[in-house]
Amino acid sequence: MRAVDAIMECLKAEGVDHVFGIPGGANLPTYDALYDAGVRHVQCRHEQGAGHAAEGYAQATGKVGVCMATSGPGATNLVTPIADAFLDSVPIVAITGQVPSGAIGTDAFQEADIRGITMPVTKHNFLITDPDEIPQAIAEAFHLAATGRPGPVLVDIAKDALQRTTNFSWPPRLDLPGYKPTTRPHGKQVREAAQLIAGARRPVLYVGGGVLKAGATEELAALAELTGAPVVTTLMARGAFPDSHRQHLGMPGMHGNVTAVTALQKADLLVALGARFDDRVTGHLASFAPGALVVHADIDPAEIGKNRKADVPIVGDAKETIAQLVEALRHEREAGRTVDLAPWWAQLDDWRKKYPLGYDWPEDGSLSPQYVIERLGAIAGPDAIYVAGVGQHQMWAAQFISYEKPGTWLNSGGLGTMGYAVPAAMGAKQGRPETTVWAIDGDGCFQMTNQELATCAMEGIPIKVAIINNGNLGMVRQWQTLFYEGRYSNTRLHARNEDGTPKPVRIPDFALLAEAMGCVGLRCETKDDVDAVIEKAMAIDDAPVVIDFVVGHDAQVWPMVAAGSSNDDIMAARDVRPVFGADQV
Amino acid sequence: MTRHTLSVLVENKAGVLARVSALFSRRGFNIESLAVGPTENPDLSRMTIVADAESAPLEQITKQLNKLIEVIKIVELEDGAAVQRELLLVKVRAPLADRTQVLQTAELFRAHVVDVNTDTVTLEATGTPDKLQALLAVLAPLGIKEMAQSGTVALGRGPRSMSGAGTLRPVDRSA
Repeated sequence: MRAVDAIMECLKAEGVDHVFGIPGGANLPTYDALYDAGVRHVQCRHEQGAGHAAEGYAQATGKVGVCMATSGPGATNLVTPIADAFLDSVPIVAITGQVPSGAIGTDAFQEADIRGITMPVTKHNFLITDPDEIPQAIAEAFHLAATGRPGPVLVDIAKDALQRTTNFSWPPRLDLPGYKPTTRPHGKQVREAAQLIAGARRPVLYVGGGVLKAGATEELAALAELTGAPVVTTLMARGAFPDSHRQHLGMPGMHGNVTAVTALQKADLLVALGARFDDRVTGHLASFAPGALVVHADIDPAEIGKNRKADVPIVGDAKETIAQLVEALRHEREAGRTVDLAPWWAQLDDWRKKYPLGYDWPEDGSLSPQYVIERLGAIAGPDAIYVAGVGQHQMWAAQFISYEKPGTWLNSGGLGTMGYAVPAAMGAKQGRPETTVWAIDGDGCFQMTNQELATCAMEGIPIKVAIINNGNLGMVRQWQTLFYEGRYSNTRLHARNEDGTPKPVRIPDFALLAEAMGCVGLRCETKDDVDAVIEKAMAIDDAPVVIDFVVGHDAQVWPMVAAGSSNDDIMAARDVRPVFGADQV
Repeated sequence: MTRHTLSVLVENKAGVLARVSALFSRRGFNIESLAVGPTENPDLSRMTIVADAESAPLEQITKQLNKLIEVIKIVELEDGAAVQRELLLVKVRAPLADRTQVLQTAELFRAHVVDVNTDTVTLEATGTPDKLQALLAVLAPLGIKEMAQSGTVALGRGPRSMSGAGTLRPVDRSA
């Protein structure tokens, strides 16, 4: 059969029901096969959108997301979402066309060495010039993307290989002698971890995105209930443990809440589960959790000891590891080894009471962005999927929406890719069409990838977008306010007069822009309208909806640990430093 | 900083060298030398990498290397337990007046003359980096015209091998 038909058979055999991409010269043969292959293809407007859509699809469904692009600029446009997927361990397979093998290396039209370019940001990648190698490469790509620590895999196929024929047989032999991820944890290390947990006076379960990747939320709940220990969920792990659970302290990190951050600082034991001690969580590394022993469980051995020394390292899949930890802890309990955590909880509850998450209404009477996001979460509820861009709105969405279930919070955590939200929401909605999907985006982010709204309108993908429009690159502006004496260099997005006062013109007018792209465009500028406009958007099922929430530009994200500072120096709000001195445990 | 010699078996595929060298550069690890060549198994190549690192970063280096899909196995070869050799080609000024001294030096270091003409002699020497340094120190006053030196290649001593039966213990894949 034609090599390109073999690609379609591979995709079907892998259970792929959606592909996001754009055709071009070098992958024309593939698109000819897609024409009637019975694989749903979403024709995106920009390859970056296709890549993020594949990520959103993967994160919402747990399956491998697939994106396609042609050679050269098509492929390089995928680099950002591939790098994004690499840092957030999202399983995607990118299939790109390459110039014909005879032209490789000649600076041919639309030639780019995409294998070389993506080497540092893929789990693995392939350049295929022999059509007989296509099925094996695709099978290996899916296997690599989905197993072990998930990640992006790119398969670059020369056009002449696409144009030839090959014999298709499934499944092909996987030939990956150097790839043996450890999924089963070492029993001795699990027992040692259980002993540390059973003896800890101030333990904290430090939960990362790996728990969601492994589908280990039930096991986590069992571990939390059994130990009675407090839980913090990182930005990548929101939804892994219900926000409504009494033991949940919230999100740690640079904009984490005071109790979650401080619990880690004062802990005597950190149980890190699928987390990687990212600098946004640890702050100044040397002063992070200075008194804590560390149990570090991760499927990637290279994460263990990378940033923080582990006293008990456990390499394994989070689901299996946590299940075995629960088992081992039961034995500890039966043997009567347990510590009363009441003093620890008394301390934690005191901090929770003193330093709850909160926000002030802007003094200028403008709409509060936090309020908008809070109401959105309350009205759309815990079953909706929330997809954020990057910046202030992302942090507020992580803070002020209550996540109760896995797979309901999608964002770009590691790479911090502005423009992630709209296309990722599109992918998530394709993967889970019965679910309400809200993109929560900033006006800066939105202007990077909003072209995919046209895709959504044309392809019948009714996502909902809340633009938190403060007319600025808000997070950068916040840092300029705090650290650059208010010198607002190139962060304003709204039109303004010579003297800096805003012009009464909207550039762009997001509601009109939405309408122009076949979506419903709405606007909200006052507190009184917030609920009504959200409910109006919720009632629209047959088209994408965009709400332009015009909010004040002085709202800031708090709490905050300034970059490079110790978590001990967390500020609960501007100029408000929590006092822990007297009541330290 | 300490020198560590890693013997790395990799799949014999295009691009593996680029993956390994790029990994070192982007993670900020220092390579002192790197040599690649075929092995007894045509599907595998052996890279001998001499890296400068303290022990904690070395662990991170081997873990990151192990994550490369085409890396099969990594063994750290300790100085005493391995044979380590480099190859040196050096072109020395050797006019008639100095020629005897050049040839005697070569003999002393068990180097071979591989090319000769009226003005220069080219010597081939193998040995540990220390021995080759010593040879170069002796030759330097005579006038070194040019030289080429390989990276270290190394094999563990004793009957065991990395790929065959009774294999050498790999650097721990787990934590």
